[in-house]
Amino acid sequence: MSYSVKMTVNGKEVTGEVEGRTLLVQFLREHLGLTGTHVGCDTSQCGACTIHMNGRAVKSCALLATHCEGQDILTIEGLADGDTLHPMQEAFREHHALQCGFCTPGMVMSAIGIVDDNPDPSHDEIRHALEGNICRCTGYHNIVLAIEAAAQEMNK
Amino acid sequence: MYDFSYSRASSSDEAISKHGASDDARYLAGGMTLIPVLKQRLDQPSDVVDLGDLEDLRGITEDSGAIVVKAMTTHHQVHSSELVKSRIPALADLAGTIGDPMVRNRGTIGGSLANNDPAASYPSAVLALNATINTDKRSIPADEFFTGMFDTALEEGELIVAVSFPIPEQAGYKHFPNPASRYPIVGSFVAKTSDGVRVAITGAGACAYRQTEFEEAWADGNLDPDKIKDIKISDEGLNSDIHASAEYRAHLINVMTRRAIG
Ligand code: FES
Ligand code: FES
Repeated sequence: MSYSVKMTVNGKEVTGEVEGRTLLVQFLREHLGLTGTHVGCDTSQCGACTIHMNGRAVKSCALLATHCEGQDILTIEGLADGDTLHPMQEAFREHHALQCGFCTPGMVMSAIGIVDDNPDPSHDEIRHALEGNICRCTGYHNIVLAIEAAAQEMNK
Repeated sequence: MYDFSYSRASSSDEAISKHGASDDARYLAGGMTLIPVLKQRLDQPSDVVDLGDLEDLRGITEDSGAIVVKAMTTHHQVHSSELVKSRIPALADLAGTIGDPMVRNRGTIGGSLANNDPAASYPSAVLALNATINTDKRSIPADEFFTGMFDTALEEGELIVAVSFPIPEQAGYKHFPNPASRYPIVGSFVAKTSDGVRVAITGAGACAYRQTEFEEAWADGNLDPDKIKDIKISDEGLNSDIHASAEYRAHLINVMTRRAIG
């Protein structure tokens, strides 16, 4: 079955034709060409596909595109303002919080969600809140430092 | 994923009638179980009826000595609710242990209960607090709701509307998380109300159940961990898999129950 969907992605209204079974992450990557959102596991574990729906971090590999009709979606591509990175992106760059970069879009989207819920998180709270994001490279330490630094910046 | 017909409902009545009109429909709540199950082709419904627009099924209220959590309320909303934190802090704590933050932003209490996964956290709270599950048709007492692995007293198409948790005098929850996925290998919820003490275990059996040996030991209402310390739980019939043997789970039941109130 084919369905027309309309939603807001990174501030712009987008439309498309999808199947009932089309996942949001497929719609973003394959229909809209927004390949910054990654698929790591496809089983709701790694968090590489994390985006925000209506301001909350969610895993786009576990959402139907049809379900997102009329919703407000934010992906990694929607964070920077031209050449100016979002404070969370800037902190990841500054603190060397990525190596291969595969987990990074999901990490950054989750990290913004963490700071939205807890403006001044401790290292321990950050580590707990990253439970749904897996990184095979960094050992997480610099990711934690980056999120801590970005929180300071975002609170200014 | 096999394809299906998708539709969304704008009211509970519409959801129920769409479900009834279909050959083999599933309700979609937060989708944190249903979507992975469909992706693995473990299920092939003809129709998926999306409950995402049913705003009247979201929210938490206090009503004559009980906290009423509507079915589409997310784990995050229960975890962060000031009302739940002040009246049943153990329930708010439990909600904050489910999955990870992104899963908690989507997963719902109604979806979790209807699915009745053997390792789901909520069923232990529902049983121990002697909650009532309200559906579109009737009120189901906790003791009658969980009937087996992935099986409940819900009839085909019956929709959970809300769960009503009596406010206890004292309650606590503790689980031993699977090291990779964080679900409870064994979880224990202990609650003391004016009706007595109830202890419910999840993760160890086909579905959550009450551990009556502990309830009897605590019948006087004094939840002293020492009183249950030497009670040996039989491993007969308990789950056994690569993550934990039945014997280990039996041991954890005692330890988690003592820590739940520690
Ligand atoms: S791809 Fe969605 S959680 Fe891994
Ligand atoms: S930087 Fe390689 S997976 Fe995280």
